[in-house]
Amino acid sequence: MKLYCLSGHPTLPCNVLKFKSTTIMLDCGLDMTSTLNFLPLPLVQSPRLSNLPGWSLKDGNAFLDKELKECSGHVFVDSVPEFCLPETELIDLSTVDVILISNYHCMMALPYITEHTGFTGTVYATEPTMQIGRLLMEELVNFIERVPKAQSASLWKNKDIQRLLPSPLKDAVEVSTWRRCYTMQEVNSALSKIQLVGYSQKIELFGAVQVTPLSSGYALGSSNWIIQSHYEKVSYVSGSSLLTTHPQPMDQASLKNSDVLVLTGLTQIPTANPDGMVGEFCSNLALTVRNGGNVLVPCYPSGVIYDLLECLYQYIDSAGLSNIPFYFISPVANSSLEFSQIFAEWLCHNKQSKVYLPEPPFPHAELIQTNKLKHYPSIHGDFSNDFRQPCVVFTGHPSLRFGDVVHFMELWGKSSLNTVIFTEPDFSYLEALAPYQPLAMKCIYCPIDTRLNFIQVSKLLKEVQPLHVVCPEQYTQPPPAQSHRMDLMIDCQPPAMSYRRAEVLALPFKRRYEKIEIMPELADSLVPMEIKPGISLATVSAVLHTKDNKHVLQPPPRPTQPPSSKKRKRVSEDVPDCKVLKPLLSGSIPVEQFVQTLEKHGFSDIKVEDTAKGHIVLLQEAETLIQIEEDSTHIICDNDETLRVRLRDLVLRFLQKF
Amino acid sequence: MDPECSKLLPALCAVLADPRQLVADDTCLEKLLDWFKTVMETESSLHLLQDHPCLMELLSHVLKTQDVSPRVLSFVLRLVGIFAAQEDCFQYLQQGELLLGLFGETGALSWTAWNMPSVRSGWIQGLCSLAHHPSALHFLADSGAVDTIFALQGDPSLFVASAASQLLVHILALAMQGGASGSPISEAAAWPICAQKIVNHVEESLHSKATPQVTQALNVLTTTFGRCHSPWTGVLWGRLSPPVACLFERDPIPAVHSLMDLLLSVASPQELRTQAFGVLLQPLACILKATTQAPGPPGLLDGTAGSSLTVDALLSSKSACVGLLCQTLAHLEELQMLPQCPCPWPQVPLLGATVTILRLCDGSVDPSSSMGGRLCGTLGGCVRVQRAALDFLGTLSQGTSPLELVLEVFAVLLKTLESPESSPTVLKKAFQATLRWLQNSHKTPNCSDLSPDALLFLGELFPILQKRLCSPCWEVRDSALEFLTHLIRHWGGQADFREALHSSEVPTLARQLLQDPESYVRASAVGTAGQLSSRGLQATSASPENPLAQQGLLMDLMHILSTDSEGFPRRAVLRVFTEWLRDGHADVIRDTEWFVATVLQAVSRDLDWEVRMQGLELAQVFLIQAMGQPSLHCPYTVGLPEATSPRPHPEFLQTLCRLPLFEFAFCALLDCDRPVAQKACDLLLFLRDKTTHCSGPQEAGDSPNSASVEAVLQRWREGEQGQPLGDLEPEAMLAILRSLDLEGLQGKLAKSSDHVEKSPQSLLQDMLATVGILEENEADCY
Repeated sequence: MKLYCLSGHPTLPCNVLKFKSTTIMLDCGLDMTSTLNFLPLPLVQSPRLSNLPGWSLKDGNAFLDKELKECSGHVFVDSVPEFCLPETELIDLSTVDVILISNYHCMMALPYITEHTGFTGTVYATEPTMQIGRLLMEELVNFIERVPKAQSASLWKNKDIQRLLPSPLKDAVEVSTWRRCYTMQEVNSALSKIQLVGYSQKIELFGAVQVTPLSSGYALGSSNWIIQSHYEKVSYVSGSSLLTTHPQPMDQASLKNSDVLVLTGLTQIPTANPDGMVGEFCSNLALTVRNGGNVLVPCYPSGVIYDLLECLYQYIDSAGLSNIPFYFISPVANSSLEFSQIFAEWLCHNKQSKVYLPEPPFPHAELIQTNKLKHYPSIHGDFSNDFRQPCVVFTGHPSLRFGDVVHFMELWGKSSLNTVIFTEPDFSYLEALAPYQPLAMKCIYCPIDTRLNFIQVSKLLKEVQPLHVVCPEQYTQPPPAQSHRMDLMIDCQPPAMSYRRAEVLALPFKRRYEKIEIMPELADSLVPMEIKPGISLATVSAVLHTKDNKHVLQPPPRPTQPPSSKKRKRVSEDVPDCKVLKPLLSGSIPVEQFVQTLEKHGFSDIKVEDTAKGHIVLLQEAETLIQIEEDSTHIICDNDETLRVRLRDLVLRFLQKF
Repeated sequence: MDPECSKLLPALCAVLADPRQLVADDTCLEKLLDWFKTVMETESSLHLLQDHPCLMELLSHVLKTQDVSPRVLSFVLRLVGIFAAQEDCFQYLQQGELLLGLFGETGALSWTAWNMPSVRSGWIQGLCSLAHHPSALHFLADSGAVDTIFALQGDPSLFVASAASQLLVHILALAMQGGASGSPISEAAAWPICAQKIVNHVEESLHSKATPQVTQALNVLTTTFGRCHSPWTGVLWGRLSPPVACLFERDPIPAVHSLMDLLLSVASPQELRTQAFGVLLQPLACILKATTQAPGPPGLLDGTAGSSLTVDALLSSKSACVGLLCQTLAHLEELQMLPQCPCPWPQVPLLGATVTILRLCDGSVDPSSSMGGRLCGTLGGCVRVQRAALDFLGTLSQGTSPLELVLEVFAVLLKTLESPESSPTVLKKAFQATLRWLQNSHKTPNCSDLSPDALLFLGELFPILQKRLCSPCWEVRDSALEFLTHLIRHWGGQADFREALHSSEVPTLARQLLQDPESYVRASAVGTAGQLSSRGLQATSASPENPLAQQGLLMDLMHILSTDSEGFPRRAVLRVFTEWLRDGHADVIRDTEWFVATVLQAVSRDLDWEVRMQGLELAQVFLIQAMGQPSLHCPYTVGLPEATSPRPHPEFLQTLCRLPLFEFAFCALLDCDRPVAQKACDLLLFLRDKTTHCSGPQEAGDSPNSASVEAVLQRWREGEQGQPLGDLEPEAMLAILRSLDLEGLQGKLAKSSDHVEKSPQSLLQDMLATVGILEENEADCY
């Protein structure tokens, strides 16, 4: 059993598990932090961005000044943003049988895998994962395609040139494999390969293994996966949450008794508690708006935004914000808000029960009804007519490199009355802000990450008790910024096995058993014999038939007999045409009684020696020794067959035959 | 005992002895015991028993059959104890073998109901009541009860165990005092047997290897020394201090915190106290050691960091670590306020350790050792430790600390107040600690001004306060407002403070919270706004979203008073108004009469009694300002001339009628809430007092006007309070005032409202009544 690790990002995993005869890809996350090296794509011509000076080498050589621009001491690539793909060379991805998706954030690389590697298998995901994943991809494609950029920089990627660049460009990894965003056509084709599944549904893969999605409590439709055969069980935990937010709670019990538990997608902010951060978010929002400023919240179009809107729903009136407009701007804003309301079966109990009242499960419906929350596909069109300040704007992309957020950063960045509040934990907010410096706007960082923290992980592991834990290497040591926090790492026994990008792990367990079925007629012919109370044995002679990873014992084929005399035929029926087997022996030899029996049969001068494995009975007179061990008995005598047979028969008296 | 009760008693005893009758409510039994106790204070219990044979029947019935509920068994044990507290009755019961039968080894101990904690507790309490005379001591010694009490110290029920401990102390005190004719008996052999037994037991327990035993012994001693300091306690300490001192030589020291309690309660030698203090400081020393690279600051903590067992306790588990630290911090906090507080007090290391603990909690410490790293993980975000440390930090503000450490305190307080992770309770404590440090830090001897450091601190604090005033959590908004109010009360007059406050958005945000949806927050906002306004610090800029800010605050508060649906904000408004009136706030003195009239009008309709009471308070302030302080009704002042208080001007009486203050006070006099009526009564007495010398017709009945008032008052008494008194002349009012029996009313109101229902007769009737139902049901069955 092997695990091929194609991504080094702990929360955007992409691993391939080879288990029995199947090849299973676990998630295909797309690392988008690479886009932070690029200049933002403005929706409206930005004089500031287009007039940034080109970057030149220390010696004044300016051959890169078309590709690289300088802003407040940082250097950015002036080109269409590119993403860092999972490894494609480590394993032939056309051999992948299935891809299991755990949540919509972990499928953003899907089109790259399904459309460009010769992949012919099936993708399994829950319906909300697929639908919201589609929205995220659609938004991404839309953000990038609607601002066509003529230039595609590639000079800087040359290894010899990259070495000369300032950090962080110099240290960017695998730049040669960075790719531009996929197209909508590729998205549609990739999504068409998805087969929808429900929680706890058992899916057979070639009869060899069974995979089952379990609720993971992190997002709508998010799942952990169990991959099991009859005797082995691998659990894949990715992006799980024990907090009570909108999704169905996490199913922990089903993870018990795993041989291997692959653990990814823990919180990226282990020291922050989401409740505190939500409070911080609300306080700063209210403070800014009361002082007449605007609030910008860069966010994904689904996920935490539902919870934020819910908190605000409760808070708006109490904070005296009833007259402040809330805008949600995304090409998929409408679908996202509506989808969330129709996935009732995937919601937490509390929200599910609202559906029967009938009430929309999320209160943002009411915010929309009362005109407190308005949503628009982009800043163009209706929005510009309705736009009123001060206001609160939720919009993407959290990287601040594309999407409508770029416009608002340019618009509001110059006033200290305004605030940008970062709630998505995926991007370093300082790096995200770098191309907007100098910035007068206030910045508040309150990342809300509801995924498991280390305390919860340690409780979870105690509860489900896997034999082995496998996790990204980042989780086996404290975070670099808090090297003394030994509590911010996975602590389990035996220590977790860690992986990094482009590594292949041999998982530490051997398959020992395989399930085999016996055909009824063969079972009928067995004659079990009880060898000790409760345990019966029978010998069986049969043909092992293996097909589709299922093993069946069938009665041995009857020998094709040439037609002959009746008598002969009957004989052949009595004695099947297979090797006559010696009877099997069982039981143990009580040494004292055995010695007494030997003495009764005339042997004298008997000596017994204890050995590490059993006993040696020495018949000194006969120059013979009998070696009795747990699973074997040897009679060693000097070419005296009669003596040997005599002794053998005496030994056999103590054993059962069948 | 009054005859009515005597008549009811046999029936009640029969009920109690009947196992089928369930006494549903055991508070009845408690009340019954209380009643017997009061009866016994004035009457002989022996006579009572002899006069009411039903009581003896009940007792002997229980003794014979024990066929009653555990509740009644427990009751009987306690009742007998109360009877036997008088020595003659004790002897009487002793003769009947009743006492031994109940309290001896063949008594309650052998009953199956002994398993019930309530019965064991009744047994102990019975003995405790009984142990009041020398005969009781003999009985205790002979009956083997003392040994049982020793065993009960370790009872699984904490109530029973604690009561057993108390009982030992009680018996010991009785034994040691009983024989003493003055000088204490220093010879142990001459001590009463009971005392010897107890002291020996305590001594043995102190030598015990088992910590619970040691703890029990220490608790007995702590209670003993805490109760009295007579000569015999000195002798006792002389005997027991060596084994107590020996406890310090053990490793680990058993029952550290009980030991601390004992040493705090007894005048132990300095050396022993210092040793004890060192032990107490160990956990903090460990914290300092684990987090500082350089050798720590000099101080008492130096020698104590070594105990490996403290380190083990700190690291063994989160709950052990948290428990130990909280206990230590609480103990130190208590200790600092006591006269036994060690001298010199190690202010600097203690402050350092406390700041470090808080920084471990907020994760900002960079520990130098692996132990520090583990502590960081254990204490990170631990609310309990944070709260305890903040409390102690507040206490430490009393001492003198070096400037750099004060700055560290301010930094850690800012971090706590700022952190999104701080829970509302932690924030509240942090606000309290901040206030104490601002008050006490770096005091310059001759002025109450804020130090430059404190001002810098405030500069950073106000933005945080702004954020907290916008918190989605109402508790946080509330404590931020309370904190702000305190700040303004202390430094509102200081120019630097005013400037810092003005340059922030704090006043505007605080004003906006007058409309908060949470009533507690509105109430606090009222207080803050009142304080801001008193100091001339109200929000200056009025934003268009907030039309309230454009009107006067007075009108806003009037609006809250007359429309707010919750009581708290309305009470807060009246407190502010009373303060404004007292301090002569500009908005109030502009037209005091209108102000008082409007307030009284709103208050008179208020449904909240505290608001009405506050209204009377405001009226009283108004009257005092006009008429002078109330004269003291003290026998020693009789001879003093009363000319000091000015006689009220007739016009002022007119004003009172117009307001209408009289009407309000008369109405309040009939208020269904007693405190309001009491307050109104006091107010009217004051008024009558001040107007005795006023001219006017002395004969009240003469004026037709006053007759109609009387008629209205009469109707009010009958419950028709809708009718106004109408326009009245001062003379009529004064006449009514004189005609009312205010003193009599005051006496009546002083009695508690349930004095009728509390009578023993009604108690007995109630108990019998609940039982009567059962009898009826029984009849139905046939």
